[in-house]
Amino acid sequence: MEKIKSGEELERLATMYRQAARKVTKRVLVCAGTGCVANGSLQVYAALREAIEEGGAIVDLDWLLEKEAPDNATRLDKTGCRGFCQLGPLVLVEPDDFMYVHVRPEDAREIIQESVVNNRCVDRLTYTAPGSDKHFDREEDIPFYKKQHRQTLGNCGHMNPEDIREYIARDGYQGLAQSLTQYSPLEVIEEVLKSGLRGLGGAGFPAGRKWQAVREAPGERKYVVCNGDEGDPGAFMDRSIMEGDPHKVLEGMIIAGYAVGAAEGYIYVRAEYPLAVERLHKAIGEAEEFGLLGDNILGTDFSFKLHINKGAGAFVCGESSALVASIEGKRGMPVPRPPRLAQRGLFGCPTLLNNVETFANIPYLMRKGAQAFASLGTATSFGTKAFALTGNVKNTGLIEVPMGTTLREVIFDIGGGIKGDLRFKAVQIGGPSGACLTAEHLDLPLDFDSLKNAGAMMGSGGLVVMDEGTCMVEVARFFMDFTQRESCGKCIPCREGTSRMLEILEGIVAGKGQEEDLALLEEIAHMVHDMSLCGLGKTAANPVLSTLRYFRDEYVAHVRDKRCPAGVCASLRRIVIEAEKCKGCSRCAKVCPVEAISGEIKKPFTIAEDVCIRCGACISQCPFGAIKEVS
Amino acid sequence: MATLESDCARRFKAVNEIIERHGKRPERLVAVLQEVQEVYRYLPEEVLQYVATGMGVSPAEVFGVATFYENFSLKPKGKYIIRCCDGTACHVHGSEALLTAIRQRLQLTAPETTTPDLMFTLETVACLGACALAPVVTINDKVYGQVTPDQMVALIDELAGGEKDGKD
Repeated sequence: MEKIKSGEELERLATMYRQAARKVTKRVLVCAGTGCVANGSLQVYAALREAIEEGGAIVDLDWLLEKEAPDNATRLDKTGCRGFCQLGPLVLVEPDDFMYVHVRPEDAREIIQESVVNNRCVDRLTYTAPGSDKHFDREEDIPFYKKQHRQTLGNCGHMNPEDIREYIARDGYQGLAQSLTQYSPLEVIEEVLKSGLRGLGGAGFPAGRKWQAVREAPGERKYVVCNGDEGDPGAFMDRSIMEGDPHKVLEGMIIAGYAVGAAEGYIYVRAEYPLAVERLHKAIGEAEEFGLLGDNILGTDFSFKLHINKGAGAFVCGESSALVASIEGKRGMPVPRPPRLAQRGLFGCPTLLNNVETFANIPYLMRKGAQAFASLGTATSFGTKAFALTGNVKNTGLIEVPMGTTLREVIFDIGGGIKGDLRFKAVQIGGPSGACLTAEHLDLPLDFDSLKNAGAMMGSGGLVVMDEGTCMVEVARFFMDFTQRESCGKCIPCREGTSRMLEILEGIVAGKGQEEDLALLEEIAHMVHDMSLCGLGKTAANPVLSTLRYFRDEYVAHVRDKRCPAGVCASLRRIVIEAEKCKGCSRCAKVCPVEAISGEIKKPFTIAEDVCIRCGACISQCPFGAIKEVS
Repeated sequence: MATLESDCARRFKAVNEIIERHGKRPERLVAVLQEVQEVYRYLPEEVLQYVATGMGVSPAEVFGVATFYENFSLKPKGKYIIRCCDGTACHVHGSEALLTAIRQRLQLTAPETTTPDLMFTLETVACLGACALAPVVTINDKVYGQVTPDQMVALIDELAGGEKDGKD
């Protein structure tokens, strides 16, 4: 491959790839995101390959660029994540866009025969809404996709992420070409400023202002760093983008390099995402080969190099100064600011750090212009946001919606409501730095400022839905356990504060809490928030503060009545024998390992609560169903 | 004995190559340790010393980095590394029960994470990023989604059984 020398040449190639692709209308796309692979999509892919080859031919882009396709030709490709991971493996058949869920290798022949050869839908493999028998043949009709606006994730699931030509055919690198040929670096920054794009990694700082600061900072060498250390439990937007559309991240970073005056960039990916690392490596190699990365990009005098750094398992490295330290090969510990990274970052040079999703928004922004970008969203948050929707919700997966979409739309329209039709209790947004919101917030628009006013934050975009069977005190303990373990230990407020908060919460769920613990918990939480060194420490208390604010009665029930209203905390459960059902057979007493049950034969037995260890052995032994657990 | 020595020599050579490949640059320390760990499956203390000398950084610095990151282990790990996700989504989908089942099957107590025969290591991770498939477990990087405790035990039985058959 000869390097592309100009924007026009790139355009010509794009047209050529599109024309070649049009020679074949039949295409089978198998999702090969982490979720679908775990569900066996690679075996499905192999079976589909065999099935196609039985009666037809598989052609790829290389073939189509050289010659005409035979009549019975089909394209078969693996794609990135389509978002509806729970239903994997997912298979899409073009041009009718039939979408099949839970596909197994033995379904391959039928799919090819029916959908590829006869253009018919295989009904039994289509998506059925839970609790109804309504079939949905096509992706766009499925409620999960209907309210979404897949802009950043638009390519994921529709193309082979390991082929740069497919990205180019879908207007890839056009944003870069336009930036390099029609805009000066300052004009690119101007455009990003005008678009109102805010950092999508958490705090929502205006991206353009960050870019401007790095541009203006004095220094010969500057760096662009992409934060792909998506450590928030319950979030996987960045993983899906890196795996499903790696070139988009690259393109965004190269444009950023041009704008701020950097010649080198680093992508920091967490070690838990091996597939993302692999795809990014491949993408960098391809981009270099095509002259879109490296020396004299697109024939201009702008040169840019990219490196990948693999994380080593430290949550705190998601914090920008810690991430920079980790790239430098040191312990990933935050440093006090100022100076900000824009002044003194990687290797002491001005550094632009944005997260994966932010960079992935840049190509579209530069291709379509700031105005088109800002046409979606609210008055202060523009564009779209990807969320990982998980927890006790019917449809889990990766979604993308315009900023300002309400929680209700996300949870009930896209998510399909609560699993098992239980009651909605809370939604945890923003991971360990975020907060739990309640039913009263369901009509809250999801944008940076509305969330902040409700005491939450966008965070990276994990949405974990919780039903009435969830104990909010236990949830707070869970997050505190996480932050306490992940605290880097450098500053005392975070190191000691999270440990003390965890101790108190552990005491409360174990039934040893006192009422004054709540005030102490609140006091420490505020101290940790006010005095910690880095963003992670400052937000570590959020899950505690938000649950205390919205679910105080649950805390009170734990400490005052020694009762867990959701029936989750084992130490607060009691096992009782219902006198009217008990026939006094003594089976329970015989099985009790601590001899807590006593009574007279043929008369109701009783359990000595102070002896009982709540093992539950008696419950399964009782032939009359007289023993049960109460909270 | 001869094989043992040559095995040592082979690994030692690999470590030298890794240090060379990264050009002895201190900022490559994390990457060097990651690759060294792939050779040994853990970071033996004497190797850390050697890496320090080879890269021209102090042993304290190398030890500091090796103990800071969770992915580094100073103790030998098992042949199969089971990583049980305890992220938010997995937690609300019952990862605790899964962990208990694995611990029971492998007879591991909380502080002990590797079986004495060095077959299995159990680790918990904060999030594997496959939340839609919660609860999730990986065994040597292969992802298993929506796992039940029974399936998990069966999986371990299968792996342990395969090992026994291989030896006979």
